[in-house]
Amino acid sequence: MPLLDRLYNFAHWLTRNREEAEDLVQETFAKALKGFSSFQPGTNFRAWIYRILRNTFLTSHTGLKSAATVPLDSEGDNDTLLATRSTPESILLERLDHQLARQALDQLPVHYREILLLCEVEEMSYQEISATLAIPAGTVMSRLSRARRALRDTAQKMQRS
Amino acid sequence: MACELWAGKLDAYVDGELPPADERAFREHLRGCAWCAAHSLELLQTKRAVHSAASKRFLPDASFRARMQKAFAVPRNPGRNFNWLPALAAVAAALLVVVALSFTYNRNRVRERQLMSELADLHVATLASSNPVDVVSSDRHTVKPWFQGKIPFTFNLPELAGSPFVLLGARISYLNQTPGAELIFRVRQHQISVFIFQDRAVGTVLAKEMARTELSFNVQSWSRNDLRYFVIGDASADDLDKLSSLLKSST
Repeated sequence: MPLLDRLYNFAHWLTRNREEAEDLVQETFAKALKGFSSFQPGTNFRAWIYRILRNTFLTSHTGLKSAATVPLDSEGDNDTLLATRSTPESILLERLDHQLARQALDQLPVHYREILLLCEVEEMSYQEISATLAIPAGTVMSRLSRARRALRDTAQKMQRS
Repeated sequence: MACELWAGKLDAYVDGELPPADERAFREHLRGCAWCAAHSLELLQTKRAVHSAASKRFLPDASFRARMQKAFAVPRNPGRNFNWLPALAAVAAALLVVVALSFTYNRNRVRERQLMSELADLHVATLASSNPVDVVSSDRHTVKPWFQGKIPFTFNLPELAGSPFVLLGARISYLNQTPGAELIFRVRQHQISVFIFQDRAVGTVLAKEMARTELSFNVQSWSRNDLRYFVIGDASADDLDKLSSLLKSST
């Protein structure tokens, strides 16, 4: 089962809990097999199965809780984004180390965490991410941009405290 | 001061999602814009940090893996439950094939990119070197024997008389820890490197014949008689075509 490890890693990052991740992956496989007829050949299979996993997560107890505590920010305007970017001098001095990145990612709201995982770990294209998360392609870039900013901000805060 | 022109597209750039024309324009722009250079670097660092921090962070444990195998993988003895098991097995098998194919395809794409950028690096390293060639000769009858005993294969060089190409010399090059030949040609003011490696040094990630642009170099590649040829340079695609044809005709 070649996809098992990857789906499990993704599920564990979403649920932050081994048992829930296992349940989530198992349910995803069950749903995928049951609904295989709804998969349209020629469309992206990976996006399809990750979408099943993510939707299953969002309707789970943990998923509902994490989605409820994190209001989606307004997307599309980049002005605030630019204003908060640091200067070239400051960013060259700081590097995101492994441990810090891990902790910061863990603390991010789920809609930032999932898009970073799909892009950097699953190495999905914007089009695949758009299909997986069911959001417009244009939103993928702005959300990714915010997610990266949020990750660095979180890491910086953690470093200071 | 933020760069108003490109600030909104930096993420698309580091993700390789800019249209080719925009990407070329942005690379030009990067040379002169410290803000964009610094922020692209920042984003690349973030990308790398997330990748290394989150990939394979959590692995399913053995008992869960076994449970999943039992529940979903193709059973070895599909004798029982005759009615539904074969159908389920077929669906599961189809599922795995699709997944495996899509992963192989993606992995190959990544490897192909790595390979191409490595060749571009080798070419640039040659151009930048103060000793670009180990054997300086425009005579193919000098260059070919020079490789004897240095590389584990032999190859033919074309007659260049009457063509715009001049052979400047050659050197040993390495790809994936395997030695090969690098021939340096000149056409007008452009230098072109021709790399020849054994097919097995390259692996099976490349199409039999291909042409593309890598870091603004034109690249052509083909496989012939178990050897893999790469022609790379900043000369026009047309020039590379001509040199490739000459090389192909001599093999």
